[in-house]
Amino acid sequence: MSVLEVQDLTVEYVSDERSVRGADRVSFSIEQGEILGLAGESGCGKSTCANAIMRLLKEPARITGGSIRFDGHDVLDMDAARLRQWRWREVAMVFQSAMSSLNPVMRIGDQLVDTLRAHERISRADAWRRAGELLAMVRIDADRLRAYPHQLSGGQRQRVVIAMACALRPRLLILDEPTTALDVVVQQEILQQIRELQRELDFAVLFITHDMSLMLELSDRIGIMVAGRIVELAPAATIRDDARHPYTRALMGAFPPISGPRTRLSGLAEGVRFTDVPDLVEVAPGHLVAPGGAPIQEEAA
Amino acid sequence: MRFILRRIGFYLLAFWVSITLNFLLPRLMPGDPVTRMLSRSQQRLEPQQIEALQQMLGVNGGPWWQEYPDYLRRVLTGDFGVSISRFPTPVTEVIAQQLPWTLLLGGVSLVIAVVLGNLLGILAAWRRGGLLDSVAPPLLVFIGSFPYFWLAMGALYLFGVMLGWAPLRHAFSVGLTPSWDPTFIGDVAAHLVLPALSIVLVSIGGWMLGMRNTMIATNAEDYILMAEAKGLSPSRIMLRYGARNALLPSVTSIGMSIGFIVGGALLTEVVFAYPGVGYQLLAAVQGLDYPLMQGLFLTITAAVLLANLLVDLVYVRLDPRVRVA
Amino acid sequence: MSIQSPESLAHAAAVRDAAEPPSTRSIATRPPERRPRARGRQLLRLLRALSRNGKAVAGLVILLVFVALALAAPLLFPGDPSRIGSGGATPPSAEHLLGTTAKGQDVLALTIWGARSSLLVGFVAGVLSTIVGIVVGLTSAFFGKRVDDALSLVTNVFLLIPGLPLLVLLAAFLPAGLGTVIAVLVITGWAGSARVLRAQGMSIRGKDYVGAAITSGERPLRIMLREMLPNMASIVMTTLLACVIGAIGAQAGLEFLGLGDANTLSWGTNLFWASSDGALMIGQWWIFVPSGLAIALVAFALALCNYAVDEVTNPRLRRPRTARSATAPTTVARKEDAR
Repeated sequence: MSVLEVQDLTVEYVSDERSVRGADRVSFSIEQGEILGLAGESGCGKSTCANAIMRLLKEPARITGGSIRFDGHDVLDMDAARLRQWRWREVAMVFQSAMSSLNPVMRIGDQLVDTLRAHERISRADAWRRAGELLAMVRIDADRLRAYPHQLSGGQRQRVVIAMACALRPRLLILDEPTTALDVVVQQEILQQIRELQRELDFAVLFITHDMSLMLELSDRIGIMVAGRIVELAPAATIRDDARHPYTRALMGAFPPISGPRTRLSGLAEGVRFTDVPDLVEVAPGHLVAPGGAPIQEEAA
Repeated sequence: MRFILRRIGFYLLAFWVSITLNFLLPRLMPGDPVTRMLSRSQQRLEPQQIEALQQMLGVNGGPWWQEYPDYLRRVLTGDFGVSISRFPTPVTEVIAQQLPWTLLLGGVSLVIAVVLGNLLGILAAWRRGGLLDSVAPPLLVFIGSFPYFWLAMGALYLFGVMLGWAPLRHAFSVGLTPSWDPTFIGDVAAHLVLPALSIVLVSIGGWMLGMRNTMIATNAEDYILMAEAKGLSPSRIMLRYGARNALLPSVTSIGMSIGFIVGGALLTEVVFAYPGVGYQLLAAVQGLDYPLMQGLFLTITAAVLLANLLVDLVYVRLDPRVRVA
Repeated sequence: MSIQSPESLAHAAAVRDAAEPPSTRSIATRPPERRPRARGRQLLRLLRALSRNGKAVAGLVILLVFVALALAAPLLFPGDPSRIGSGGATPPSAEHLLGTTAKGQDVLALTIWGARSSLLVGFVAGVLSTIVGIVVGLTSAFFGKRVDDALSLVTNVFLLIPGLPLLVLLAAFLPAGLGTVIAVLVITGWAGSARVLRAQGMSIRGKDYVGAAITSGERPLRIMLREMLPNMASIVMTTLLACVIGAIGAQAGLEFLGLGDANTLSWGTNLFWASSDGALMIGQWWIFVPSGLAIALVAFALALCNYAVDEVTNPRLRRPRTARSATAPTTVARKEDAR
């Protein structure tokens, strides 16, 4: 059975003047231990989906349709108290802006401790010891527990957040652009760390990024999002070698392959816009594509 | 530590500017300040009084570069000269009698207004669009629009004159002598209620709105979302994550607003004939008691600067980022 | 690697993900990131947005009523309103709508005539304080370094010295008169606005278009006035409003203490006379209430405008449509069919 099953999820931002769909009938599922990537440009609705799964979106956003089932339980039916128990225990999240997701006036040890103590009956001393172990797990010295966030480097801070995310051994980890603010070397270290932890703790991952090369490196399956809709969903290799949707191909053409012969890069030309994306159709086993869409111009300048 | 040292240096500089301003003001006026002052004064002054005045203002001859160091030295050793209106009591002695009452009134009203205002602000921001968030801000802004002294007079009339619930003037009843026994303390508290109430009423809206706006900004921070995702309890998120961070700008503004509170206390003291520094300052102005005026001004300034230093020390305790690693 | 990401190649997406949903941004609320194509554009936008804001309109209406009354005072109550009449201290009646003072003066006439000097002094002192604030703040922000250090120091010192006692001291030493009152109010009032405007100026100083203007050799004064100032419209407006509120309150306080110009007729002097005649203590509330209420209404109207500017420039401060706690989970409002 899938850990997470998202069916026709629709999120709208409602205001007096108009309402905008942040996510439009989005469907996907994640299996135990699987890494699913969601890619797309800024504003396409990736983060909206991630935050909707944890019911973290604020007014004026509301979920206007679809279902989210976690381990068979309907997340959209949970009340605030139930959600509070479920969050982090079962699904943890590393946010886009990990640099600022730590409370600047609390020692990181205290922030790890209050995560543990919110969900487990455990003494402060024990929690503090566990917090030290968690830091060690991401290769940070346990005596940094007494440090404040501003005393850590960006990479260290992100690793603290990852340690925090793993603290309760959740079944699913949502990574929302976890390395965007970091330099390339640190990015690789962080990804390496995530991969090791995933192997060790066997959690499923929803990985969100706009960086296609990172995406292909880490994910088992990839979904491509445009304007709040998924236009193509397939195993990573299929996306890389046999993308069907013109937008996916445009995306793939927009970054250089790490190895192989030099190729000409093509951008996402203004003409490639998709406003009304039809439902997905299965073109091959495990490969879903939205039909239609303008073919891209091969020789776009 | 470097932060605190820099602040202390800054306060010393500010104090020096006030002293210099005090030195310059009478001298910038055309003509001889003492004669001018005498011409404006209705009552006749004794020759010793005139002499004391001249000595304080340092206008008994000598160029400024001789007078100025002398003036500085006298002020820094706490010698403000002799009061004219309460001749021959030294200015410092007059101030020493008044200062505790102002500290009491200003301190009590500041603490109540800050604590209550911030609390209301936190709660209003936490539940946007709720009753507190919709009703309290416009109401408190409206009340805060009244002049301090007007509200004080209104309170005095309503609760003092009409209803007779509170004493009308002074800091304690006639016939009592200051001591630490419960009757006297109770009497002081009864006299404190109305003046403090009027200061709190006028200033609380500002605190509430300021805290509310900071808290609204703080609630949009990523660490609040993260705390929520972690499944922490709402009260813990509100206090340890939200309010704890939103408090920092609020603490900074306490420092900035101490001067205003002093101004408010000054006017309120006048209305209630509360025997504090402000009441005395007005009396000094009316009695053309320049030495006392200058002494009071410098005392008030020094008190405000010290209060700011205190706020800085609190800030350093609260914000690890200025507590240099 | 990330340079080649679709993010940088895709067209500038105005809509950011969850952090800032598109519907909460309107044209008027965008922070001043780009150089306005036409000067004064930001101010115009701001004014247009304000004209749709209930608080701003209410505040402006109250203000206009007071200004109109002040201007019409000689028509409504010809002659000297402070002339001492007969039969003092009568409560409100058909003849004297707000009653008379102990000296037999009509309270309504005093209040309406009083608006003239109170509003004049308040606005003139407020505008002058703001101008000083703009000059100091912009200079500080533009030149930075030593200039900034020196000006910030002066500003902070003035901010720290308690205002009202300094006001009292200055008023006691300087010759009495309207000019003195205004000068004293400006001396004690400019520092706050300088501090706020410096902070805003600093952030605009760092913008690319200012850098571009410097590189292209434009004169500093021109850059400050034509590139930086127009982009600070909203903050200049809030400081101006705050300065006027402060000046009106400080003038009233000064006059109440008997340190203003006793010959001018203003709300502060009205209250000074009311208090020195002991009007309130013997229950003559009608002498005391109108001037105080007038000060409060004007200050409240200005505060409403200020509030409105804040709301327009910072959408987060707008009242949500329904009451919600900050950590409430996302609302689920399923329609029968998603479409």
